[in-house]
Amino acid sequence: MARTVAQRGLTAALVGVPNSGKTSLFNALTGSSQKVGNYAGVTVEKVSGRTQGPDGPITIIDVPGLYSMRPVSADETVAAEVIVGRAGEARPDVLVCVVDATNLERNLYFLSQLSGAGIPTVVALTMVDVVQRDRNSLDVDRLAGELGVEVVPVVAHRGQGLLELKAAIGRAVEGRRLLDIDLGFPAAVREPVFRLHDRLARAGVDVTRSEVREALLDEGAALNDKLANLPEMVEAFVEERARLLGAHADGRTIDAQTRYAWAGRIRREVLATSGQLDRRTTDAIDRVLTHRVFGLVVFVGLMYLVFQSIYTLAAPLMDIIEAGVGAVKGWVSPMLAGAPLLQSAVVDGVLTGMGAVLVFLPQICILFALIAVLEGTGYLARAAFLMDRLLGWCGLSGRAFIPLLSSFACAVPGIMAARVMPDARSRLLTVLVAPLMSCSARLPVYVLLIGAFVEPVYGAWWAGAALFAMHFVGLAFAVPVVALLNRRVARGRRLPFVLELPRYQWPRVRDVVLTVVSRAKVFLTTAGTIILVMSIAIWALLSFPRSEAMEARYRADYRALAATQRGDVTEENYLQMRSTRDSYLGQFGRAIEPVFVPAGFDWRLTTAILAAFPAREVVVSAMGIIFDLGGEADEESPDLRQALKQATWPDGRPLVTVWTAASLMVFFALCAQCMATLAAIQRETGSWKWAAFAFGYMTLLAYVAAVAVYQLGSRLGAGG
Amino acid sequence: MDSKPIAGLGRPPRGARYRVLGVRDGRVCPERLLEMGMIPGAEFTVTKVAPLGDPIEVDLGGSRLCLRRSEAADLTFERVG
Ligand SMILES: Nc1nc2c(ncn2[C@@H]2O[C@H](COP(=O)(O)OP(=O)(O)OP(=O)(O)O)[C@@H](O)[C@H]2O)c(=O)[nH]1
Ligand SMILES: [Mg+2]
Repeated sequence: MARTVAQRGLTAALVGVPNSGKTSLFNALTGSSQKVGNYAGVTVEKVSGRTQGPDGPITIIDVPGLYSMRPVSADETVAAEVIVGRAGEARPDVLVCVVDATNLERNLYFLSQLSGAGIPTVVALTMVDVVQRDRNSLDVDRLAGELGVEVVPVVAHRGQGLLELKAAIGRAVEGRRLLDIDLGFPAAVREPVFRLHDRLARAGVDVTRSEVREALLDEGAALNDKLANLPEMVEAFVEERARLLGAHADGRTIDAQTRYAWAGRIRREVLATSGQLDRRTTDAIDRVLTHRVFGLVVFVGLMYLVFQSIYTLAAPLMDIIEAGVGAVKGWVSPMLAGAPLLQSAVVDGVLTGMGAVLVFLPQICILFALIAVLEGTGYLARAAFLMDRLLGWCGLSGRAFIPLLSSFACAVPGIMAARVMPDARSRLLTVLVAPLMSCSARLPVYVLLIGAFVEPVYGAWWAGAALFAMHFVGLAFAVPVVALLNRRVARGRRLPFVLELPRYQWPRVRDVVLTVVSRAKVFLTTAGTIILVMSIAIWALLSFPRSEAMEARYRADYRALAATQRGDVTEENYLQMRSTRDSYLGQFGRAIEPVFVPAGFDWRLTTAILAAFPAREVVVSAMGIIFDLGGEADEESPDLRQALKQATWPDGRPLVTVWTAASLMVFFALCAQCMATLAAIQRETGSWKWAAFAFGYMTLLAYVAAVAVYQLGSRLGAGG
Repeated sequence: MDSKPIAGLGRPPRGARYRVLGVRDGRVCPERLLEMGMIPGAEFTVTKVAPLGDPIEVDLGGSRLCLRRSEAADLTFERVG
């Protein structure tokens, strides 16, 4: 305890109602790029960063939003614990209560609950630009007078008020400025509180009046547990409670009423409204977007547009990256000409493998950008409103919509976003089906196969439609899965679904760009680590064993073949094919091949699938290496799409038909091949059991569905 | 308008205005509703009904809330407009 505040700097926690602008302020203060979005529940964990205050560094903590100090969900618990201090962790030196000026009542209701915390407080008033735009004025000094602490208006995205806020943080600590508010509880409440507080003090129990009041009005309050060993005090509380509340009234109602009455009074005093704050634009937009019929039409249309534009917008960028990778290969290859084995490892292994995946960076960026735009506008809350009933039929809640939609970008943040769901059952179900949503790591597989087998035959529009359809495969399977799990696995009660529908906002370019950049970084790091390692491993397993004796045997075999059997296969090609087949990976793949033959996969596709166990996107790089080495041996590395089209079964039938492609896509749409997702499930459910369960059921589903597609398809469509 | 207390909202028409009276006998109002401002005396207007009749969107003191009718069932209301 020797370290003083001055030595370690101050710690300030940004607390407040969901969607009040805490994270925007956090990013502006610390230069971070945490996710911001226009709906309640964007932030689900505690994050800290540093900023330079006038008298030294300040550590800023951003937490999830809270409606009250009585958390109902996992994310709210995180925030409440920061304020009340969890065992072993220091409480912040200052609370910066972020108050949304356009929603004063609800925000002040929350603020009123901080007055018992005993931590110096500063109010950061956000959305003042909106108040001004609507030509209203807000009396900041009066508000400060009512609250007893400093109130600093801020506009995070313009950097306004940040210096003032940091200075106010310092002053609050120095002067120990605590909230000083008079909620105006009626005498009928104040008197018994006074009596009980007095008795407790005489009994040697040191508590504040507000704690006593809380315990009086709510039997569930923390103080009641502490008194369990003082039976006469417990009795005193029961008596006073009975006298105050009579038979019907509810203590929590009295509490909420008093606080809201206080908040309403302050709002009327400080906000000189000409009328109400302007919601006309939002209402006009909502007339269409949450319309009974058009709302759903727009929703489906919007989703279609998202996937169509992923497919069409990315094409030119992909060509550029492809050309770039080709150029690098052409540049590196001659430099290593002296060491053929190293040359092959670098060019055919690393560069081919990583290049095959890098090509899909544009798609992934576009998907993340579009989702970030949707998140920034406030549309997601509307979509949840539209979908609640539908999701309810499947046994989920409307609150599951947002985690599931963000799983279309990546299941890991999606699984974490399920923290906002108050009841454990819905949350578990959401976590278990979130990986079925088609994440961006599946895009490469779809785009590759659709590009090779659908687009050339049916054209770009059908290709876009196929991509859209692939994103529904997981969703379609999620419905029966939830229905089944709902009965068998998860139990618990349903909790209320109360969601605020925020005013629409223009998404901020900076927020969208930061989201895309940070996701692109994640993608590139995965590509740089897992895919690099897997590429080298696959190349090695495919290139060994090799020996002069084996090569001589292959040559002899080739010469022994009759000219008709040779066809137009050259000796080099034959050699290449034989050594690939006899490599470690080839032997292994052929051993397992029978399992996947019903789904239409030969040993090459099978090994590519198995290699993609740690991360789905590896499958494309694995196919790149396997088909490149085993296929055309000419120097210009053939496009993977070309290679797939030319690949054949040993009897000469084409390996990949439309139905093999469909079966492969369905397999990837449903399988759980992603370590990061399984680890997230383990973290969020606290047990490997659920991670193993998710892996098991998804793999089974993927296999069965892939076999069904291939078998049915090739029978009905005869190769389409 | 009639100002008889009604239990829950039933199938509220769009544009209808209600005042919250209290919690129904023997029921416990979801705390979240109280915390979001659905307290006795509060008035709100039904602004939207979702495509399948549930949930509904209400305007409560200028902010919009989406709530399920089943959750409003624990409260009593009177129609005020
Ligand atoms: N006009 C305006 N918009 C703001 C301001 N501060 C934040 N926003 C917007 O308000 C929305 C919510 O911002 P966030 O910073 O994500 O809010 P939060 O409090 O962190 O939300 P949760 O993490 O869900 O609790 C975003 O759309 C922001 O762009 C402001 O001062 N003015
Ligand atoms: Mg946040």
